[in-house]
Order: sequence, then C-alpha cells, then structure tokens
Amino acid sequence: MTDSALATNPAQVAAASAVAPKLTVRDLHFYYNGFHALKGINMDIPEKKVTAIIGPSGCGKSTLLRIFNRIYAIYPKLEAKGEIVLDGENILDPRYSMNRLRGKVGMVFQKPVPFPMTIFENVAYGIRHHEKLSKADMTGRVEQALRSAALWDEVKDKLKQNALGLSGGQQQRLCIARAIALKPEVLLLDEPTSALDPIATGRIEQLVEELKNEFTIVIVTHNMQQAARCSDLTAFMYMGELIEFDGTEKIFTKPGKKQTEDYITGRFG
Amino acid sequence: MSTIYLRRRITNWLAMGLSMLATLIGLAFLAWILWETLRQGISALNLKLFTRITANGADGGLANAMVGSLIINFIGIAIATPIGVLAGTWLAEYANRTKLGETIRFLNDILLSAPSIVMGLFVYTIIVLPSTALTHGSTSFSGFAGGVALALIALPVIVRTTDEMLRLVPSTLREAALSLGVPQWKLTLQILIRAARSGIITGVLLALARISGETAPLLFTAFGNNYMAINPIDKMSSLPQIIYQYANDPGDDLHAMAWAGAFVVTMFVLLLSLASRLVLSRSKVSHD
Repeated sequence: MTDSALATNPAQVAAASAVAPKLTVRDLHFYYNGFHALKGINMDIPEKKVTAIIGPSGCGKSTLLRIFNRIYAIYPKLEAKGEIVLDGENILDPRYSMNRLRGKVGMVFQKPVPFPMTIFENVAYGIRHHEKLSKADMTGRVEQALRSAALWDEVKDKLKQNALGLSGGQQQRLCIARAIALKPEVLLLDEPTSALDPIATGRIEQLVEELKNEFTIVIVTHNMQQAARCSDLTAFMYMGELIEFDGTEKIFTKPGKKQTEDYITGRFG
Repeated sequence: MSTIYLRRRITNWLAMGLSMLATLIGLAFLAWILWETLRQGISALNLKLFTRITANGADGGLANAMVGSLIINFIGIAIATPIGVLAGTWLAEYANRTKLGETIRFLNDILLSAPSIVMGLFVYTIIVLPSTALTHGSTSFSGFAGGVALALIALPVIVRTTDEMLRLVPSTLREAALSLGVPQWKLTLQILIRAARSGIITGVLLALARISGETAPLLFTAFGNNYMAINPIDKMSSLPQIIYQYANDPGDDLHAMAWAGAFVVTMFVLLLSLASRLVLSRSKVSHD
C-alpha cells in the first residue's frame, strides 16, 4: 500500500486513504489493581488497514487491544479511563451495549480456543446469538465465513466433527472464521500466531492481507518481521506509553524516536 | 561411562524401584480384600442371594437389601446431583475469587470431611422425628430419610468436583465466548458445562461409589427391613446395614452371607470407578 508507506504520520494516512479513523483513542489510561498500565494513549486507527502494535513484553500492547472490545471488564479491579470512539460513539461509556460492541469488534486470541462442539457449530454459535437465520441461510453464512478464513476446503467434508480434532493452525483459522462470521467492523488479533508453526503462521498472515479489504484489523505481535510483513501502520509501545505510531515502512526504515530504533534493531526488548 | 552418569542411573533405578514397590503394596491390599471377600463369601454367592430376602435368615438371600440400596442410593444421587452441580457452577463461575465464594468453598470442604454418622443423626432429627410425630408413628424411619442422609454425603463431593472441573477450563475459552457477545449464562450452560461435562459426570459417579458403602448414616434413617420394601416412606434395608448386622451375628451361615454382600458392594464400586474412567477417556479427542 503505497499511500500508507509514504505517509509520515497517521493523520496523513487517514487523509491519504480519504477515510475518517475507525477507532480514535483519546487520553486512555488503564489501571490494574491500582498499577498504572497505560499512560495517556492517543491514536487514530484508520479503516480497512492493518495496524500492528509492537513492543517488549509488559509494554501494554495486549492491554490496549483488550480495551477495544472491553473484554478486560470480565475481571475485577481493572479500570479504563479516557475515550475510545468507534463510529462517533464512546465505547467506554457504560451505556454502550456490550452485546453491540462485541458484535462490531471481533477478537482472536493467542492460543486457538475452539468451543467443545462441531466445526459447523463453532462458527454458527456466535451468529445464532445475534441473528435468527433459516437453516439454509445459516449454512451459507457458515460456509462464507469458513471460506473467508481459508479453511473451507480443508473442513467441508467434516463439518460435523468435533473442532478439537483439527490441527493448531486449522483451529486458529476456525477461530478467525468464528469471529468474522458475525460480520464485525473491527477485528482484533492478539498475537494470533505465537502458538503456531511457521507454515500455519504464513497462512494466517496471508489471510490477514486478504481480510483487510473487509475489516479494520488491529494486530498485536511479538514478532517484528510479522508486523513489517503484514501491517500498513505500526505502533511502538514501551512501558505503557505509545512511543511512535506511523506508516510501517517508516517505522522500520527511519523511525523518528531513538527508543523505536533501539527496539527494532534489537538493542533491547 | 562417567561416574556422574552412573550415579544418575542408580538414583533413577532406586526411585523407580521404590515407586513400583509402593504401587505393588497398594495393589496387593486391593487384591487381598477382593480375594478375602470372595473366599469367605463364595459359599453364599448363589442365585438365592439375589432372589430371596433376609426374613428367611440363613436360608434366605439379600434381595431386599440390594433393592433397598439401589433405591436409597438413587434418592441420594437424585437430590445431590442438581444441587451439587448448580452450587459448584456458582462457585466456579460467579463467585470465584470473591470472599463469599471462598467462604462457601471452605464450608463445603468441612461438609466433605464431616463424619457420616453426624449426617445420619442430623437427618434423624430433621426428618425421622418430625415424621414420627406427624404420622403418630406410622411413618418413622424410611428409605427416603436414608436417601437424604446419603445426599448430604454426596453433595460436597459433587460440589467440589464440579467447581474444580469448571475451574480447569481455560479462561481463554470464557474470553473467546464473551468476545462474541454471548452472555455469561449462555457461556456457562452451553460451553463451560459442556467442556467440563465428563469431569462432572465422573464426580457424580465417584459420589455414588462413595455413598454405596456408607453404613452409619443409614442406621438412624433407613433403619433396616427384613422384608422387601419398594415404597421410600417405609423402613428399608441396605447392603452395608445387612453386612453390619450379619457380621455381628454368631451364625457362620450369616457370616458367609455378609461376606457375599460385601463382595457385591465392592464389585459395584469397582464397576462404578471403571465406568467413570471410561467416561473420562472417551471425552479425550485425539489431535492427530
């Protein structure tokens, strides 16, 4: 994507692709049991681009991602302050329906976690919660999701088998299918390939490339090559702060901050 | 071969030898118990044991005690399972890491280790005495009271296993379901209970195995009955209670029958344990 590669800051990226940011983070602070884990994050995440978040362990990148669908809220004593605006509405507002938010923002986790049911039911489960579909429509939706997740050809003859019988890479693509079956607008990927072998990782990365035509993708990764390979923008975080956020090519070739340069050249982290 | 390598091999050999010895000792006692009950009871292990009742004495069988045991155990499990599974679910899914949850978990552990005769006395005062007073003595001890006493013993076992099995389900599974917008109750019923199903069933089977050998709680509740009783409001006999009664009798014939009864109970418990192993192994899906 030349527009993002040439851009020097996210505002320009958004301008270049002529879209308003899909997610706007304003002065976001996060506390774990009193520990100040995120310190005033501001960022604009553009629509239908892949935004990667990198940084050393404990820098807060997963924490940030887990605020975007408020999944953190299932644990006690965690608190987010600030604003995250999705399509003009603040999702941190307690009045923002969790059901609606999670229909709009899908998430895929580090380890593949298929539900203890058949492959078909794994994908149909979430759809059934949000929509009433006829049997034929449901079959179509499940097929479409599995095709989008590049899994259809491998599972079309065993949709009725238990999903736990799939390989790790297939399970992770099933989890992606399950998330995109709800037709979310934003897809959050939390180190989606850290438990996979290189071949399965390659397939997921290729998939991310295809999925960005439809979804706004935010991916947290430990692997800098992965960020360089499959993202349009990259955010570098360190100790709970957003140090630099720019076009991926810029970050990896001429980063603006010394800390970013030290990290991507392997001097720490 | 270097000395350090040799030393490791010797240590390994010793540790393995000792563990095998310990296993053999445990298994030897189990085999010995089975062998002894069979040897002592073989003379009474015949068709009569399963068809005739204890009223016939030395010429009878244990049919009424077996039927009584089945009914009382069934009542116990039927009461304890729904309460236990629900309470365990609440502990693991709704009250985990809360003060109230920790307190109740602790109280449940106390119930788990409470002497079983206390359960018998408790049920005697809350069911047997009131029903005697209400019916002017026509109903006093009953199979139902025995079932309730056994339910109190099975309950903490089922609560504990349900709680533990659910807490073994990785939290990522909860996050994955919640991130689809699914509410907590759907997640619990449709995904978590399903993921922990075989463990929960095993817990129920183990609780059943535990209560089928209980004698003390039945003495003051089901009491015993030398005739066949099917109605749970009647006094009811049970295998452990008959074993206790016959073992105290001076007659050798009754001793043999007590041993035969003990063999039947032991085999029943053994089969239940095997069944629970089967349930657990079936649930494991291969990843090939």
